[in-house]
Amino acid sequence: MYTFSNRLKIASFILMAVGLLGIAAGFISMPSTVEDAKAMVASHDGGHGEHATTEEHVKDTHGESAHAEGSHSKHDEHLLHQLKNKPWAALYVAAFFFFMIALGVLAFYAIQRVAQAGWSPLLFRVMEGITAYLAPGGIIVVAILATSVAHMNHLFVWMDADVVADDKLLQGKAGFLNGTFFLIRAVIFLGGWIAYRTISRKLSLAQDESNDNSNFVKNFRWSAGFLVFYLVTESMMSWDWIMSVDPHWFSTLFGWYVFSSMFVSGITVIAMVTIYLKSKGHLEEVNDSHIHDLAKFMFGISIFWTYLWFSQFMLIWYANIPEEITYYITRIEDYNLPFFGMVAMNFLFPLLLLMNSDYKRVNWFVIMAGVVILAGHYLDIFNMIMPATVGDQWSIGISEISSVLFFLGLFIFVVFRALTTAPLQPKRNPFIGESKHFHY
Amino acid sequence: MASKVIHALYNDDDILMLAVKKVKAAKHHIEEVYCPFPVHGLDKAMGLAPTRIAITAFIYGCIGLAVATVMMNFIMIQDWPQDIGGKPSFSYLENMPAFVPIMFELTVFFAAHLMVITFYMRSKLWPFKQAENPDVRTTDDLFLMEIEIHDNEEELIALLADTGAVEINISEK
Repeated sequence: MYTFSNRLKIASFILMAVGLLGIAAGFISMPSTVEDAKAMVASHDGGHGEHATTEEHVKDTHGESAHAEGSHSKHDEHLLHQLKNKPWAALYVAAFFFFMIALGVLAFYAIQRVAQAGWSPLLFRVMEGITAYLAPGGIIVVAILATSVAHMNHLFVWMDADVVADDKLLQGKAGFLNGTFFLIRAVIFLGGWIAYRTISRKLSLAQDESNDNSNFVKNFRWSAGFLVFYLVTESMMSWDWIMSVDPHWFSTLFGWYVFSSMFVSGITVIAMVTIYLKSKGHLEEVNDSHIHDLAKFMFGISIFWTYLWFSQFMLIWYANIPEEITYYITRIEDYNLPFFGMVAMNFLFPLLLLMNSDYKRVNWFVIMAGVVILAGHYLDIFNMIMPATVGDQWSIGISEISSVLFFLGLFIFVVFRALTTAPLQPKRNPFIGESKHFHY
Repeated sequence: MASKVIHALYNDDDILMLAVKKVKAAKHHIEEVYCPFPVHGLDKAMGLAPTRIAITAFIYGCIGLAVATVMMNFIMIQDWPQDIGGKPSFSYLENMPAFVPIMFELTVFFAAHLMVITFYMRSKLWPFKQAENPDVRTTDDLFLMEIEIHDNEEELIALLADTGAVEINISEK
């Protein structure tokens, strides 16, 4: 039985407290009037010469609301909305990032069960521990979405009735993109995922105590059913929760793209938690070959992510249709470093580090690559949400970092507390013997 | 003096593995082992050095990437930078997304083909090459271990018979 070490528990509390303070600071310093917003941007310009062109950019960033008539007061109001969005968007990006790790792990777990993988049963409890974050993390994400529907922020421009009133495109999409249906869908998605996680965990624990394999077989069937459900809901979730911040833009492979991002982050976290637990003397049966397999997945799925990222980018870049290309123009002009830096972090770095078979067995190497991959996929979500919500007013400052710290603390606390609730090694999984002797 | 070799034949890969370990423990040099199929772990038991073919493949891939980049930079950007459908052929970087599919394919092409050719050359395989089977049955169902004899015929035969060989032959090489 694993016990939550006190130092780790205290560290997670400190992270949450510091994060909470920073998040509060972000909300307090949010401008409340147009004058405040202008003053904030002006003082900011004093500090950094590079932002001198802010005013011109504001009108191109997005949305019919901004450049409807090109009048000055509209620009200023738009700027106010962007600055007001900043702490919200920072919170949302971090909340979604940690939530998607848990969801990615859940998908990986279900695939391992359905594929009847012989190597991974030793890691099932680690995966189940990480997916414990699904319920609290998902509820927080849906709560943030509910605040948007309740007009407490302007993350989703289609939720603004005034904007929709003079926007034919948004009126056309209102059948799908309306607050009530949006929340109903969110609850269905999250409910389905949490239900599978609960059932599978229960069956997994029951299998330990039973004297036949009926729980294992049931778990197999639930996992297969979940994967079908997941495939549909994950895709729709990505349209709802991410793509709809840019409601004028659409992309068909977006669901897969978001999936690859969450999948690789999830696998990376499995590897990191496994290495941590092993370094503390738990998980004795886990050997280098298990780490090697996880690192191979990190490597392969990183390249899969790049493939989807590039496919989406290149198709739109090549055809250059105005209604699609604006998505990338805002990102390349205003988010140049995060946009291309993320490709280096999510592709070049894992490609070169994890190609060598020997390096995939070196634990600190896998951890190092994992940190870069996770930071890269945080930036990936950042690049998806920020351009539409805060435009060129982005920064990685107090709000963004504190949000990450808060959810990191919560994630560590929930995951490691869940790990203490069951033995770290499943007892009578039919494949456990094979997993113990797994050797690559 | 013409060298003599001893051929020990086995009919099971597990027995072969044990025999290889015994012979290695007795500090005899195994010239070669002939198997009808890959025996997992045999190279380790024989103490063979790991292959470096993956390293060559990486280098070939880098060469392929360089060839693709230099080729397209010369053709599309330097030599005749035409405006083709409004694509920006002012610099390689500006037009790069359009070149990536070719860069990728040539990297894979070079890595794969040159690696295969390297494999053929290093293992001396080509059409019309004379087959080197000491015993035709090794392609079907028998495993054969070949050890050179240095005035220790009796001792070797005793050792090999002990390892479960189904047949022991001595031949001139």
